[in-house]
Amino acid sequence: MANKIPRVPVREQDPKVRVTNFEEVCYGYDLQEAQLEASRCLGCKKPRCVEHCPVSLQIPQFIEQVSQGNFAEAARVIAQDSSLPSVCGRVCPQESQCEGSCILGIKGEPVSIGKLERFVGDWNIANGEHPVAQASAQAKRVAVVGSGPAGLACASDLAKMGYGVKIFEALHKAGGVLQYGIPEFRLPKEKVVAQEIQNVLNLGVEIETDVIVGRTITVDEMLDTEGYSAVFIGSGAGLPRFMGIPGENLNGVVSANEFLTRANLMRAYDAQYDTPIYVGQRVVVVGGGNVAMDAVRTAARLGAEAHIVYRRSEAELPARAEEVHHAKQEGISFKMLTNPTEVIGDEKGWVRGIRCIQMELGEPDASGRRSPIEIPGSEFEIECDVVIMALGTSPNPLIAATTHDLETTRRGCIVADEQQGQTSRKGIFAGGDAVTGAATVILAMGAGRKAAKAIDAYLKNE
Amino acid sequence: MYKILRKELLAPNIYLMDVEAPRVARAAKPGQFIILRLDEKGERIPLTIADYDATEGSVTIVIQTIGYSTTKLCAMNPGEFLADFAGPLGRPSEFVNEDMATLRNKRILFVAGGVGTAPVYPQVKWLAEHGIKADVIIGAKNKDTFIYVEKMQQVAGHVYLATDDGSAGFHGLVTALISDLIDNQGKQYDEVIAIGPMIMMKFVTKTTKAYNLKTIVSLNSLMVDGTGMCGACRVSVGGKTRFTCVDGPEFDGHEVDFDEAMRRQGMYKTIESRKAKIEQERAEGHVCKVGLDR
Ligand SMILES: Cc1cc2nc3c(=O)[nH]c(=O)nc-3n(C[C@H](O)[C@H](O)[C@H](O)COP(=O)(O)OP(=O)(O)OC[C@H]3O[C@@H](n4cnc5c(N)ncnc54)[C@H](O)[C@@H]3O)c2cc1C
Ligand SMILES: Cc1cc2nc3c(=O)[nH]c(=O)nc-3n(C[C@H](O)[C@H](O)[C@H](O)COP(=O)(O)OP(=O)(O)OC[C@H]3O[C@@H](n4cnc5c(N)ncnc54)[C@H](O)[C@@H]3O)c2cc1C
Ligand code: SF4
Ligand code: SF4
Ligand code: FES
Repeated sequence: MANKIPRVPVREQDPKVRVTNFEEVCYGYDLQEAQLEASRCLGCKKPRCVEHCPVSLQIPQFIEQVSQGNFAEAARVIAQDSSLPSVCGRVCPQESQCEGSCILGIKGEPVSIGKLERFVGDWNIANGEHPVAQASAQAKRVAVVGSGPAGLACASDLAKMGYGVKIFEALHKAGGVLQYGIPEFRLPKEKVVAQEIQNVLNLGVEIETDVIVGRTITVDEMLDTEGYSAVFIGSGAGLPRFMGIPGENLNGVVSANEFLTRANLMRAYDAQYDTPIYVGQRVVVVGGGNVAMDAVRTAARLGAEAHIVYRRSEAELPARAEEVHHAKQEGISFKMLTNPTEVIGDEKGWVRGIRCIQMELGEPDASGRRSPIEIPGSEFEIECDVVIMALGTSPNPLIAATTHDLETTRRGCIVADEQQGQTSRKGIFAGGDAVTGAATVILAMGAGRKAAKAIDAYLKNE
Repeated sequence: MYKILRKELLAPNIYLMDVEAPRVARAAKPGQFIILRLDEKGERIPLTIADYDATEGSVTIVIQTIGYSTTKLCAMNPGEFLADFAGPLGRPSEFVNEDMATLRNKRILFVAGGVGTAPVYPQVKWLAEHGIKADVIIGAKNKDTFIYVEKMQQVAGHVYLATDDGSAGFHGLVTALISDLIDNQGKQYDEVIAIGPMIMMKFVTKTTKAYNLKTIVSLNSLMVDGTGMCGACRVSVGGKTRFTCVDGPEFDGHEVDFDEAMRRQGMYKTIESRKAKIEQERAEGHVCKVGLDR
């Protein structure tokens, strides 16, 4: 029986070597490995994996094509539901989505769906056909704000439907978090991100960087004077949160966004680039999500002794399981059930340590997770010279503040309906982190595609 | 890519550049800034908008060479291109959105220090275009380091000069001149707007506090993105953490924690590796091909 074959292990860079470089940790499957792994799938009639993929990717169908060696066909199956397989195969939290529900996982190991998806995506980048298109001059035009997964997915679908699409991006490089947040060692910029963006450009989509919508031009101007018939807002959730504890403005305290942007977008780890980065000797990263893992592993690669401080226990870590596993292999220390109360500075105002308090888990809170409670009198200090806050982010208020009558929630998220992305304003659609708050690449991509459909329907009826 | 249209040496180590950036020129308001990048490997450098011409589609910046990137920028010439030029960033000056009737009755004193004189200009000019004549103090080390004096005279009410060495205008610091105007020359003001080095702004707010005079300052904190995404630019204003790039750059000077702001500004100046790198590149003749080095 197919499932007697053990899960095909994936080759990775040796942990001792990889903490000294920024090259990708995981090499991915080669042809033989992919076909062997694909042969494990049972091709379930009622596939549980599909139910738990946010975009209902036709998993058994594409895997069947991989096992037959029909990679182009596998790519075609995936493309029906996902426009970023090389990315999602690498960064989706598979253990809580597709793979977490695979029937094989009940008694043994689930099919390596993410690695197979990545294989097909990478194969397609290297060998596949990349459609080229150009909108006619008469086509209606749509403006897309933000070039993250939501904006890229929305733009490419609209371009395929024949619309003229332009993406406006605030930073100097397209890609959103894929470019500035997720590090090279997890998501290569040239090999993957740039290629995905090139595919979007091939469809005739234009990308104008250095445009801060709300400042350089407003959403209303796009509709009223720039000749766009509809706007999609995919501006993400980039505003970093801080704790509000004493000492947070000392020299040496940075947000994970700042640290990662310096390292990824600005390439501060490469001496050829001009942007400086301050790493110190001993780094404490506060938080337990993907962002925290990326920051701590980046700090380790830049030569620091790096630690995670997280207020709940290991079971509650929200990061992808693979990232936690990789971080441990790379020698990152995890201080669980620990919460900072104060950052301590030296006489010159530079960080010299962080005071923390021990926590224990109490009753489950609204999120269903057991909430951490302070243990009185358990304060202690950790010596360090850099503190990186990775406490989550929320949507930037700029666009909402500069667009007339665009409704937002109390948390600053743009109000948009889940199926269509329709906002409180006619002709304006939104999706991704700007609507949900910080979430995942696959959800943002899915939202962008749904909105593209809705924009098409809207423009046809207009 | 953004073309450099003009370049002018205003004073030792201070250059003016006009850059072609039509979108920025159309949207710019007094008080705002831009972020530019020289080339693919460059850092993002924040600079205040010193003038803008929507018709020509150009934006003026005035740059002081203080370190690696500004020196490299000032070595560029008309006809060359900058990789990026994004803006306008930050909030426009408060008065731009003020009720005109109230604003017309306001007696405003600008206090400009060094290269900070350039960003004062579009503000005074905007006011002049709206029929309001503001007074301006310009401070400099000596008479050779003034910039923008004549331009300022065309749009301001009175322009007062102060030099540290007494080689022109008032002999002494701008703070002493503020006191002199109010105490000895019978001047009265409702508001002060100070732009210059942090240390100057700090002492201006100390001086005006004694007169209970509202004082706006323009902060130049460290920045990366300039859009509210990184928090590098955070400052304490009235005990609360604010992001200079989106909440500012102008704040109520009496609420700003200047000591913290100055300390934070120095954060990357002490990175030895960077210094070493600059030194090395200097040695290789990488930077100062046109003899800009002091
Ligand atoms: C460090 C890090 C690691 C992560 N790891 C994972 C992971 O492993 N797996 C996973 O699924 N998810 C991960 N995420 C989350 C995921 O990246 C996001 O949910 C996803 O990128 C959201 O996509 P988006 O298109 O909505 O927004 P973004 O990717 O945030 O893109 C928004 C874009 O809009 C631009 N923009 C913002 N405002 C304006 C404006 N006013 N004008 C013009 N442009 C503007 C921004 O510059 C940005 O480029 C991670 C996030 C971070 C920060
Ligand atoms: C809102 C704003 C407006 C500004 N307007 C002007 C202007 O109109 N004219 C002008 O000449 N300068 C202005 N500055 C300062 C200018 O950005 C810095 O002088 C420049 O970034 C220094 O770069 P450097 O590499 O040459 O210096 P270095 O000393 O080599 O810089 C080292 C690092 O420190 C940072 N840095 C150093 N000094 C400053 C500073 N004062 N402000 C912010 N970052 C700094 C840089 O980001 C750099 O990464 C402004 C800054 C801000 C934030
Ligand atoms: S898109 Fe994500 S959740 Fe869906 S199958 Fe691929 S890896 Fe799994
Ligand atoms: S649940 Fe597992 S075995 Fe079944 S179709 Fe999905 S991947 Fe294949
Ligand atoms: S410069 Fe990044 S938030 Fe202000």
